[in-house]
Amino acid sequence: MNPIRLTGRAAIGLARMTGRVAIFAARGLARAGQHPAELARQVMQIGWLSLPVVGLTALFTGAALALQIHSGGERFQAGDVVPAIVAIGMARELGPVLGGLMVAARVASAIAAELGTMRVTEQIDALVTLSTDPMGWLVSPRLWAALLCVPVLVGVGDVIGIMGGWLIGVNALGFNSALYLSNSWAYLESWDVVSGLLKGAVFGLIVALSGCWFGMTAAGGAAGVGRATTNAVVAASVGILAANFALTGLFF
Amino acid sequence: MLSVRGLCKAYGAKRVLDGVDLDLAEGESLVVIGGSGTGKSVLLRCILGLETPDAGAILWQGRPLAGQRGAFMEHFGMLFQNAALFDSLPVWRNVAFRLLRTMPRARARAIAVEKLARVGLGPEVADLYPAELSGGMRKRAGLARAIAADPKVIFFDEPTTGLDPIRAAAINALIRGIVDETGATAITITHDMSSVRSIADRVALLDRGRIRWQGGVAEMDAAGDDYLRDFVAGRARPMARGPGA
Repeated sequence: MNPIRLTGRAAIGLARMTGRVAIFAARGLARAGQHPAELARQVMQIGWLSLPVVGLTALFTGAALALQIHSGGERFQAGDVVPAIVAIGMARELGPVLGGLMVAARVASAIAAELGTMRVTEQIDALVTLSTDPMGWLVSPRLWAALLCVPVLVGVGDVIGIMGGWLIGVNALGFNSALYLSNSWAYLESWDVVSGLLKGAVFGLIVALSGCWFGMTAAGGAAGVGRATTNAVVAASVGILAANFALTGLFF
Repeated sequence: MLSVRGLCKAYGAKRVLDGVDLDLAEGESLVVIGGSGTGKSVLLRCILGLETPDAGAILWQGRPLAGQRGAFMEHFGMLFQNAALFDSLPVWRNVAFRLLRTMPRARARAIAVEKLARVGLGPEVADLYPAELSGGMRKRAGLARAIAADPKVIFFDEPTTGLDPIRAAAINALIRGIVDETGATAITITHDMSSVRSIADRVALLDRGRIRWQGGVAEMDAAGDDYLRDFVAGRARPMARGPGA
């Protein structure tokens, strides 16, 4: 086939898919507040239960970052910048990106598997026959819970990551504890933190949207649910990295 | 009460429904029979709005259903083939799902327990989760959910699939009893002839996207249609039949 025609067909397909997903997201977000108890349940599932994995990721990342920056900085007598770089690096980049990726692995797969199973076992059809809009009952609480919780997770992850750097700085690199902490805050600007939290909100939406979209459109029994789960995690992870690049360019 | 006019639905080149016409009187129990893949489930899904038909009309109380689907659904209940209970909710919340929107939790639970009793499940089942139920119990719980809000229209999708003959007979008897008690209008799709004889006031045979034969249960055994006779008797036929065969 003509390569131009193939390219055009692929572009039209991509545009069509993007439009469908955008409409799906808008419909889900527009149904805010219809089922507060479901929203609370999803805040628990997506936010609270993700804290351990995000916290541990941030702790080890902050610690490793401190070692790397100290090692690299020593080459040009700049080892003292460890606290500031760890703080800025965690708040602006590593906190939101690694936190988002960990939530993607945990949450996008769970949402896609749950909704996909509901789709192939007719539970979503059953909702319709019970006069309940699946977008309002299933999709909206998950989108809003992720949108609201991931920035909080990122904020907590930032603090834990900085503490990870502090632990290594004080115990392995010979920094004074109080000086390390004061240097961490001294060079950190509020926009560093706010931009990371904004990234977290976008990443949360990407994670929940991937899980919901692939779950709600799953077909073909158990194999279809498996495909939906894989696709949701891949789409969420790639989406987070692409959005991170775009947002970093926009913010800085 | 419910009418289907010239309903057509195709998936690609495959025409699943090819001009289905059906009329259902208030309080009547219609059973749609037909071989696997003849479009029985698609017919139900089109009526429910879960699939969009390519052509044709569905009327409820003489007016297009599409314009009053919300009102229709408020008076509707359905038993799905595999019950389709919500895994994340205990049985009583499945049964009371619709009721919880309009009444206090305690009252909804009391009605749920009452409906579970109607289908032969004890109150101890109310707090179990669907995964803890056997296939027959899931069907019963699904039936309790279908009748929880006293619907005027009930659909039963393959109600005895996967059940042994004794449990299947019990479900058939329950369905017939509920339809008689409530005066609900019912459509059942099945290829189980014991269900047909237990549940139906009238039978419609769907074949290659059209209603090939319809009539009362008593007329079914005396009908001249060779496909219907083979279907009722469970006789094998060549898999690919030519037009009009």
